[in-house]
Amino acid sequence: MSSLFAQLRIREDTADSCVADNGFCPDWIADNFDRFVDPFWEHVYLTVVAVAIGFVISFALAIVAYRRRWLINPITQATGVLYTIPSIAAFFLLLPLTGRGKTTALIALVAYVLLIIFRNILTGLDNVPDETKDAGRGMGLTDRQLLWRVEIPLALPEIMAGLRIAVTTTVGLATLAFFAGAGGLGGQIFSDINFKSNVVVAGGLAVLLAAVLDGLILLAQRAVTPWTRAVAAR
Amino acid sequence: MSDAATLEFRSATKRYPGQSEPAVEELSLTVPAGEICVLVGPSGCGKTTAMRMVNRMIDITSGDILLDGRSVKERRPAELRREIGYAIQQIGLFPHLSVAGNIATVPRLLGWSKDRIRARVDELLELVSLDPHETRDRFPGQLSGGQRQRVGVARALAVDPPLMLMDEPFGAIDPINRERLQNEFLRLQREIRKTVVFVTHDIDEAIKMGDRIAVMQKGGKLAQYAPPAELLMFPQGRFVEDFVGADRALKRLALQRVRDVDLWKAPLVRVGEPVAEARAKAAESEVPYPLLVDGDGKPLGWLSEKALLGERVEHELRSSAEPVLELDDVLRDALADLLQDEAQYGPVVDHRGQVTGVLSIEILGHALRSDPDEVPHGADAAA
Repeated sequence: MSSLFAQLRIREDTADSCVADNGFCPDWIADNFDRFVDPFWEHVYLTVVAVAIGFVISFALAIVAYRRRWLINPITQATGVLYTIPSIAAFFLLLPLTGRGKTTALIALVAYVLLIIFRNILTGLDNVPDETKDAGRGMGLTDRQLLWRVEIPLALPEIMAGLRIAVTTTVGLATLAFFAGAGGLGGQIFSDINFKSNVVVAGGLAVLLAAVLDGLILLAQRAVTPWTRAVAAR
Repeated sequence: MSDAATLEFRSATKRYPGQSEPAVEELSLTVPAGEICVLVGPSGCGKTTAMRMVNRMIDITSGDILLDGRSVKERRPAELRREIGYAIQQIGLFPHLSVAGNIATVPRLLGWSKDRIRARVDELLELVSLDPHETRDRFPGQLSGGQRQRVGVARALAVDPPLMLMDEPFGAIDPINRERLQNEFLRLQREIRKTVVFVTHDIDEAIKMGDRIAVMQKGGKLAQYAPPAELLMFPQGRFVEDFVGADRALKRLALQRVRDVDLWKAPLVRVGEPVAEARAKAAESEVPYPLLVDGDGKPLGWLSEKALLGERVEHELRSSAEPVLELDDVLRDALADLLQDEAQYGPVVDHRGQVTGVLSIEILGHALRSDPDEVPHGADAAA
């Protein structure tokens, strides 16, 4: 494989000894930062869209399984199988069906996050105290009102925790999406895997993206669950 | 909604599939509008099941329950429940909603306007002795256990339901706060006069809270249904006798308050008063010693003989005024106070602290022997 990637070298022959030595060269990074921008946004797109679709599917599955408990095992097993398929294998398996491109990458990424989000939503719903549900029912909330007004709001901390794991994991996995022809920072990394400046910047951007998305979800969680901090502040 | 509803159990039975004994068997009793009916019994006697059948949290297997003459089985459960206040031991406040949000739950379901809800929340918080400004926007996690319990009661009362179901509402509270909450609820009940079904395993709480007590025993059978005094005077059968306890005579003292008995007139004297007058007062009274009070009529102590030797009464005490009793004290507590201080007599003061009479061990002995029909109970006791 390395001979394959060696052909993708991204720099011309140069007199700069730092670049020639595959070193970490701030000057080169400053001059070539443009080349990281497009892969970065592709990466953002892949991550956000995959987690969003994964969330919608998992949420629906979790709500259904919460009411019909017998579905929990089959769904856990099915999403568990998807979770264990190596993404890179999934990309190559999907290529004949969906071709090269973002769709293929997204399918594999979505398949991977289902289990994580599904389990967290279900745990969150299951952790709602029985007496809270009993009081809600006793006051005349219908099952649907109880779900949307009480159970889901109270499950938000776990739901958001699941999203954070899903997002950080997906940022990492999306570095392999270029194998499916979907671009992303992975493509940039592999374009010159021996050149430290390139690998550090592309890899660093992926880490940064994971941290920023994680932080954003954390902020959103704090905004929608004010009661959890009110208790701590007591 | 309305003021209060009549509740009638008609051979209400709950049988769980696969269980030989019913959880509640042929329960028949009527709770008159505006009264507190306590369901009491050991664990597993079906008291909670019986209560939960009323708002259809548990469905009736056979028989019926009528609310103001109308079968609960005809009603849609969610709709029925919105008309019935519901308070449980674990309270079950919604942790993610503010106190106001919690109380507003049922009003919102019924589509009340924002202004009406806001006004009602403040009114209810004041009703349960919480400061609206301070409490309204707090989350349940920021409240003490007693405050949470009060919010739970306020929430159950939100739409002024004609019937309240309360399942061990004060069970998880420490004894001192429980006593306060019980008294507060009785005071509240004198104002709002709801029909209440109150579940507890504590016979003392049942006697204190109930206008009527339904004692239940294992297998969901009703052992006796009677007002507290009758239950204590004439327990039917071994089970009820054992359950109300060997000290049931003493428990009857918990049914009366100091204000309910005929107190002795206190021979009140002040420093500087002519001794002759003081002696005359003492001679008139059943209490042999004059009681020294200050300018405001507050008790200082029992006078000694030495104080009465001169022309004018002097400040010489044989003993302190302890225990000082209040009109609202229940007789059992008053007796405990007297025994604690090894006193025969205790001055009784009104809410201003002025002496209005004297309670003696003798009066208590008389109260123990009196007829149960004359004994008020529950919310009536201090009305």
